[in-house]
Amino acid sequence: MARFHLLELTPEQKVMDELHASVGRRLEVSSLAPCPVEFTMSFVNMCATQSCGKCTPCRVGLRALRHLLSDVLTGTATMATIDEIERLAQTAYLSSDCAIGYEAGAMALRAVRGFRDDFVSHVSHNSCASALAPSVPCVAGCPAGVDVPGYLALVRAGRCADAVRLIRKDNPFPLVCGLVCEHPCERNCRRGMVDDPINIRALKRFACEHEGTPEEPARAASTGKRVCVVGGGPAGLSCAYYLTLMGHEVTVFEARHHLGGMLRYGIPAYRLPRERLDQEIGWIVGQGVTVRMDEKVDAAGLARLREEYDAVYLAIGAHGDKKLDIAGEGLPGVESAVDMLRSIGDGEMPDFSGQHVCVVGGGNVAMDVARSSVRCGAERVYIVYRRRACDMTAQDEEIEGARAEGCEILELNAPVRIEADSEGRVAGLVVQPQLIGGHRGGRPAPRPASAPERTIACDRVVVAIGQAIESAPFEGLGIPTSWGRISTQTDASIPELEGVFSGGDCQTGPATVIKAINAGKVAAGNIDNYLGFDHRIELDVDVPAPQLEDMGHCARCETILREAGERKRNFEEIERGLTPEEALQESSRCLRCDHFGFGAFRGGREIQW
Amino acid sequence: MVGHEHEQGERGVATKAVSLVVDGMPVTVPAGTSILDACRAAGSKVPTLCYLRELNEIGSCRVCVVEVKGRERLVASCNNCVEEGMEVLTNSPKVRCARRENVLLLLSQHDATCTTCVRSGNCSLQEVSNDLGLVGMPYPTILPHGSWPQGFPLIRNNDKCIRCMRCIQVCDKVQASHVWGITNRATHTTVDVADGASILNVDCTLCGQCITHCPVGALRERDDVSRVYDALQDPEVTTVVQIAPSVRTSWGDHWGLGETAGMGRLVSALRHMGFDYVVNTDVAADLTIMEEGTELLRHLGEGRPYPLMTSCCPAWVRFVKAHHPELVDDVSTSKSPQQMFGAVVKSYYAQLLGLDPHKVFSLSIMPCVAKKAECAYPNMNDACGDPDVDCALTVRELERLLRADHVDVASLGEEPFDEPLGVGTGAGIIFGATGGVMEAALRTAHYLVSGRPPKDDMFGDVRGLEGWKEASFDLAGTTLRVAVAHGLANADALCKALVSGEAQYDFVEVMACPGGCVGGGGQPIHEGQELAGVRGQALYGFDRRSEWRNSYESPAVRRCYEEFFGEPNSELAEELLHTDLRAWKMPAEWIREAESAPDAALARR
Repeated sequence: MARFHLLELTPEQKVMDELHASVGRRLEVSSLAPCPVEFTMSFVNMCATQSCGKCTPCRVGLRALRHLLSDVLTGTATMATIDEIERLAQTAYLSSDCAIGYEAGAMALRAVRGFRDDFVSHVSHNSCASALAPSVPCVAGCPAGVDVPGYLALVRAGRCADAVRLIRKDNPFPLVCGLVCEHPCERNCRRGMVDDPINIRALKRFACEHEGTPEEPARAASTGKRVCVVGGGPAGLSCAYYLTLMGHEVTVFEARHHLGGMLRYGIPAYRLPRERLDQEIGWIVGQGVTVRMDEKVDAAGLARLREEYDAVYLAIGAHGDKKLDIAGEGLPGVESAVDMLRSIGDGEMPDFSGQHVCVVGGGNVAMDVARSSVRCGAERVYIVYRRRACDMTAQDEEIEGARAEGCEILELNAPVRIEADSEGRVAGLVVQPQLIGGHRGGRPAPRPASAPERTIACDRVVVAIGQAIESAPFEGLGIPTSWGRISTQTDASIPELEGVFSGGDCQTGPATVIKAINAGKVAAGNIDNYLGFDHRIELDVDVPAPQLEDMGHCARCETILREAGERKRNFEEIERGLTPEEALQESSRCLRCDHFGFGAFRGGREIQW
Repeated sequence: MVGHEHEQGERGVATKAVSLVVDGMPVTVPAGTSILDACRAAGSKVPTLCYLRELNEIGSCRVCVVEVKGRERLVASCNNCVEEGMEVLTNSPKVRCARRENVLLLLSQHDATCTTCVRSGNCSLQEVSNDLGLVGMPYPTILPHGSWPQGFPLIRNNDKCIRCMRCIQVCDKVQASHVWGITNRATHTTVDVADGASILNVDCTLCGQCITHCPVGALRERDDVSRVYDALQDPEVTTVVQIAPSVRTSWGDHWGLGETAGMGRLVSALRHMGFDYVVNTDVAADLTIMEEGTELLRHLGEGRPYPLMTSCCPAWVRFVKAHHPELVDDVSTSKSPQQMFGAVVKSYYAQLLGLDPHKVFSLSIMPCVAKKAECAYPNMNDACGDPDVDCALTVRELERLLRADHVDVASLGEEPFDEPLGVGTGAGIIFGATGGVMEAALRTAHYLVSGRPPKDDMFGDVRGLEGWKEASFDLAGTTLRVAVAHGLANADALCKALVSGEAQYDFVEVMACPGGCVGGGGQPIHEGQELAGVRGQALYGFDRRSEWRNSYESPAVRRCYEEFFGEPNSELAEELLHTDLRAWKMPAEWIREAESAPDAALARR
């Protein structure tokens, strides 16, 4: 007998590993709002399979818990059962010997407390309290509810113009979203259960790039109503677009020299080329929107607009900056990300030649200014962040892109002060090394490590720790705010000011393009009703029937980036879209959840809104 | 992108032909044809359960699955289209296995006590199981055991529900009533009253379309047959039974008599069973025309904001009360023919026969479930204080009544109704089809206004199965704009157009069920078939062959007015033949009332 054996994977272990991977993939696909009780029963059961069987609360308790949960689902439970479930979960949490048991107990406890209303509904009405699961996962994942399977099928059929037309039913910014959307739809994509989610954003971009000459949408007869939109960003322009199609006369007031809001003054041109942005905005405005540039609306202005127009949509975005509140923040050479990106947006390129730049922050904006700094000639760019790189809120591809372009991430460093040289200019950023630790507010929190401060020598500091909303001037008019955000009803109205609606970043706080687009869409529908109409934006494209084919494994086609060493020299677009060959394969991977599965129940798509 | 209506067909325009092979048999069908239809065209019968053409093509039961060569997994044939060169196998080993297992799985959640089920012998699940030759049951039976108020005219038994979702679809798409929904998820998915509400608290119109579209016995009407037997065997009680116009096209389905069955044999069967008097609801329909026609002429002169709307369909009345309260004041106050006749039976007719109305059992045979609710409204007791109609049976219950007594329908001859309420007009007969009430009213209105009898079928424009029809007629120099809607989704659209001002009419007829009473929720069930069209045509045939075709000509109606009511809309007629639609409430009306109560705002705060 040998003392030890080399580790070899048995066939059973191999199957087990594969199944583990499958289960992991399945769980990663955000499930479509399952019944909370059924979900709880399933994970308790899953946890129970991991029990070694030694200890009572885990071995017996988790099994008993499953039976009680089953009673709730089958309508044989009473209110006392819910209390019993809570006691049992608590016992597993409090008294299990290892994490298998106590973590299972903690999860069950969180579920039974967090889903209490659902448990009660099951017991008292034998019915699930939560709303019915949405039928098509990607559409449910898209804030604007864009008909993803519909346009993917059209791309596959080579009908890109129809695909874009279909997207515009719910989103007037197909090209912008094809380039920069955060694509929450992909997180829901059921294809992820098979291999990888569909590259939906890239296919949207492909459709726009192969659209040809777009057909103008129909516009309803003029209503004679006048609506004013304050702010020409994605929320304001979306609202203006749909209200225009509904036959209203819309005027957009924009404070700056150009339309686009954060699309122009937040997103750098290498991600969203200006000529493409101008093309999309031009198309929207071309539907009959009146624009008044360089007109900043203050409180008095808003009061006047209320008199002049039948309704007002306030979409002023979040263009203020947030301060670090540390010494030296007022030094020349320290600026905010908002200011820097704004200058670039207006075409005033700063020259950082030979400079060392510290960017403070870990979000997408931090990556944008870091990468822009590289392009403005900076010799070295540091991204200083107080947590770990893996805790950054920026998208992974943005972090990776910044790194590839030579930005260095200095994680676990909290800025303490900014030091000046003898001439009073920035000389360095002093940071306190951090230790990552327990969770606060659901995120790992840093705390000062037992290590001395260190100074990062630099010529310039750019602060990218978030944006603020310039809502204060409107508070005087009676517009309610919360932490600077404008408070509205869920229909976007502001009850305190009749006829005034608001949405986008100024209402949600800094968020994504697609959320702003949806805000504009929601406001358009409700303003239309407020004006006494009920216009509908309708589907006017027929979607090809799904093809019957076996879905074997087929990996996802990614868009390719220009090589880092070359792309970092200028602001030209860095991403290369899918080739026709790739687009055909990628669109063919779509599982057509609008037809197969629950999608079939309601015909798979929203015909109008 | 902005517009009114847009038809979006996923299957597109079927112009191209597609060739495929089904079980070795070549077949060519138009592009866009479902695999199921192609299989049928090729002579291969594929069983279905959940499928309902155009209404429920969701492929949920997985019983219609077929194998497509070259594809590993099976395909639902009901909601997938044919493709060129496709080779389909409807009975391959994979298909046999999956179909059999799926039916067994459905059976494991079905209370298969077939012998005591109203759908025994007319049940899709039973038929599919029997066809597959299933013997024995490998899975334990798991039933939800829900509760249901057994006194409600509509009964849901979820122990029999197979979650095909048809009831949800028909209630949503055809009837715009949204009563049913999915109330649990995943492996506990249940179909029940939406959001777990009680059926007593939602605005079910009782149209019964969910019943006639249920493939199994999960939905049925409350069975009132035993009450009829009780009345029949009570020596103190005189039984009077009225039969609705459309029943003549459907009551004999079980015995193969079809849509031309007629009334004669049914009258003889009922008499054979011991009913004392058998009378004809056609007469009450004629009476309705006299009352409603007179009301129409008055309404036209009053400059009301909305058209006069018919009131003979109780499901429509429930719908308009629940969903369009602003229109209720313009719904005719005339009772439905059932209730008019009930009031006549316990007043004039009892007087005529010398009977104590309290000892009369007034029964109606109706193609309708809502009639069960209607006859029980608290104010439907105008004749003597007792309910004017004691009991309403659907045509399905009538069939059960006759079958339970083993009435030999085939050997019966035809007998006439009891006079003087036995013979109606063709106008009364066509009440059972969409457009029929309108046409009948126009015939009499023409006479009342012009003094001349209408030409035969001069108002035929209001016939047909289009969901929302409109027409204009010249009535002695004035243009009368009329509209007819059937199916409550169509009625809903019409109501919305009236309220918004997009549509303007003088007179509107609505019947809740598609095709009218001939497609009623109380009619015999024929899986996958919509028989309203042929039954409606049969009614127009009976109308053409009638001795009198206009309500004002009816000797029975004339006699009623001469001997009892005086004239239409007289004080006595108002008392017995008209009703206050606000005297009882739908759940939505209770809710609106509570919300507008003075202290409601306070309570909300």
